[in-house]
Amino acid sequence: MALLEFTEKGIYCAAAGVYIDPWRPVDRALITHGHADHSRWGHKHYLFTRSAAPVIRHRLGNIRHDTVEYGEVTRINGVSFSFHPAGHIVGSAQIRVEHKGEVWVASGDYKVEDDGLSEAFEPVRCHTFITESTFGLPVYRWKQQKKVFTQINEWWKQNQADGKASIIGVYALGKAQRVLAGVDSSIGPIHTHGAIENTNEVMRRQGITLPKTTRITREVKAADLEGSLVLATPSATGSNWMKRFKKASVGIASGWMALRGTRRRRSADRGFVLSDHADWTGLNEAITATGAERVVVTHGYTNLFARYLREERGLDAWEAQTEYEGESLDKDDDSED
Amino acid sequence: MERFAQLFTRLDQTTKINTKVDELAAYLKAADDDDRLWTVAILSSRRPKRTVNTTLLRQWAAELAGIPLWLFEESYHVVGDLSEAIALTLPKPSGKNEQSLSYWIEYIKALDKLEEAEKKSRVVAAWQQMDYTERLVFNKLIMGGFRIGVSQKLMVRALSKCTGIDENTLAHRLMGDWTPDRTTFEDLILTKDPLEDVSKPYPFYLAYALEEGPEGLGAPEEWIAERKWDGIRGQLIVRKGELFVWSRGEELVTDKFPEFHPLAEQLPDGTVIDGEILPYKDGQPLSFNELQTRIGRKNVTKKILEKVPVVLVAYDLLEWEGEDLREQPLEHRRKLLEKLLGQATASHQLLLSELVPFSQWEELEEERRNARQYHSEGLMLKKRASVYRAGRRKGDWWKWKVDPLTIDAVMIYAQRGHGRRANLYTDFTFAVWDEDALVPFTKAYSGLTDKEFREITSWVHRNTLERFGPVRSVEPKHVFEIAFEGIRKSTRHKSGVALRFPRMLRWRKDKPVREANTLEDLHQMLEVYEG
Repeated sequence: MALLEFTEKGIYCAAAGVYIDPWRPVDRALITHGHADHSRWGHKHYLFTRSAAPVIRHRLGNIRHDTVEYGEVTRINGVSFSFHPAGHIVGSAQIRVEHKGEVWVASGDYKVEDDGLSEAFEPVRCHTFITESTFGLPVYRWKQQKKVFTQINEWWKQNQADGKASIIGVYALGKAQRVLAGVDSSIGPIHTHGAIENTNEVMRRQGITLPKTTRITREVKAADLEGSLVLATPSATGSNWMKRFKKASVGIASGWMALRGTRRRRSADRGFVLSDHADWTGLNEAITATGAERVVVTHGYTNLFARYLREERGLDAWEAQTEYEGESLDKDDDSED
Repeated sequence: MERFAQLFTRLDQTTKINTKVDELAAYLKAADDDDRLWTVAILSSRRPKRTVNTTLLRQWAAELAGIPLWLFEESYHVVGDLSEAIALTLPKPSGKNEQSLSYWIEYIKALDKLEEAEKKSRVVAAWQQMDYTERLVFNKLIMGGFRIGVSQKLMVRALSKCTGIDENTLAHRLMGDWTPDRTTFEDLILTKDPLEDVSKPYPFYLAYALEEGPEGLGAPEEWIAERKWDGIRGQLIVRKGELFVWSRGEELVTDKFPEFHPLAEQLPDGTVIDGEILPYKDGQPLSFNELQTRIGRKNVTKKILEKVPVVLVAYDLLEWEGEDLREQPLEHRRKLLEKLLGQATASHQLLLSELVPFSQWEELEEERRNARQYHSEGLMLKKRASVYRAGRRKGDWWKWKVDPLTIDAVMIYAQRGHGRRANLYTDFTFAVWDEDALVPFTKAYSGLTDKEFREITSWVHRNTLERFGPVRSVEPKHVFEIAFEGIRKSTRHKSGVALRFPRMLRWRKDKPVREANTLEDLHQMLEVYEG
């Protein structure tokens, strides 16, 4: 029996009797990170990193859980589990599983570029690597984030000169804080949608430094928003919530903005190509760095990416059915699912 | 090229018409005459001749990127635009270029007669000195299809802003069979007397669809009604003893319709007629499909002329005795047209578009409902006093189409969309019941809102039965109302029918799968409506 299996409930380790990121309620769940498609409600006991804990508990409320530090080994029924930085969002981890000399790594969602906020991605040697493939096609290749933030800053300054607010659609958990940490906050005031500010508050409480932001409430006047950078959830950018802005330019920050077609569909004024998932180059480099001979491809362009790994890289690669969703442009609760 | 690429980016970054006009006008003002003329040409679908086929471009791009061709093809399917897919896949450039737009167009034209290896080395050399946007533009110049949200109408507005010449005059000057190789910006755009080119058509006046009933249009006596035919909009010109037939796509199609050639002698010089080219036999129209097949043929054979003869159903007279009538009221133009067609010399290839008489709007409702009996698509409503305008305008001309045919069908396959909807499942195959089996009969990929597409995409993810490449079979669970404009027999489809313009009208969440329509229902429709 394989060390990890893909069952109807999630990624299962039979030897230990635990699941990784299960999508149906189970007794014991090891969680890679706080996005809703990976950390779901209803498990009897959770295990995640200490820095992932505040947002997960904010989302799921009073759950039974334990936390671990990165690199710390937890033994369950003779199986060793350890969490290693995935660079996706604050607290995100790849979970290393070792049993009788065999090593698997379930990487959840990851990116290889250091965003300066999340714990930077660390490659972990293993025999079998479970990888996402949200952007697993060669047309997705990210620019350095420094360049993207220059574009966002320029756009903000231009809008400010035109008396407009700069509204940017981002996920409440992860992308919002990454944008906050990356923009030049000396340009002007920054306002946030309530759902985003709630997450900001959780993160500030755990000691993460973010620039000053003001929550948008009914008391905030239209004139206050002029020239401001406004972080909004993707769904808010298409709703009545927008009526408070007299003049605004709307941008979206997402890996999907790499395609002109996707940006047009969202009819945003600007698309900024910024993702918390690895691009084509990143996925391939990450896989190389693990030294793995077997690769399981979960969500995204699974069949294509697995075929590429088999045929062009000679790896034993296959796809697995999961209910992870990667980066969606179209949902936003408090997550990136 | 850098400036043109910048223009491309700016146009692409806004959805606001006025901003686009301003950007384009500013670019045109600053560009030199060669670049200006080529810009105008490209934005009116006059691209340079294709000198490299797209199969080669795909191979070269995949090779340069170090990926297998199948992976490139799959990526292209996701992106939806080959120029963009290539630009996104190529490795980083090794240099920069400072050449103009016209330089690169000449560069592309010069590839024409070269050996494949030489073509390859030149295209690769070009790619290597261009950034992402320049590559995108360069690829589009090679392949054509410059769809960047700039309609010809918008381009004309910008050109008008930049030259100070009014839009209608410019639209007229830009029509016809010109290319930047044979004219200059000065001659084509700035010089008066465009009528020297005897073939030049007038810009077509296009009607908007009437969404509500006609009651809001005012007094019925101010309007005329005609049947709306399902053919090809055409303009027939006789000047200086020569005949020209233009289709609405501004394509010169004279050679495709030998039936009209005798009109060069039968109509007086200086005559321009607007009408519908219609396949027509034994006193009634044939289906549009027949005409489409005929046009698709390279040669117009005797056999096809007998099988699918055409007529022009004339509904307007734009020029008479060499005089432009477009500023005259429709009523006056129509009188002259009736007189012209009433003359004994007129050919039987020219039919007058008959008026549908009415005095109350209610009478027209009835006529519209019965439209299919006449093999027509509905009605056209035109204001008697209307002048003939250029392009699609609201107010004086309306098309009032018959309601589509509909059928309730079960979704059985789903495929990812591409381009605009690359991350959603948008292309579906639908089936109807044949006893206990579901028989697929059509695909459809439009009609739902983005929100509905998102909902169904998430459902498809969770309810996939099998995958066949990009296609997933799904549990037969959802019923959709499919609307379509026509139905005909097909031997190529298992269901035995083919639909015209199928799309999703409604997601029938209220309807259980078992209550979807049957194959027999479809075949009954075929009997009633085929034509």
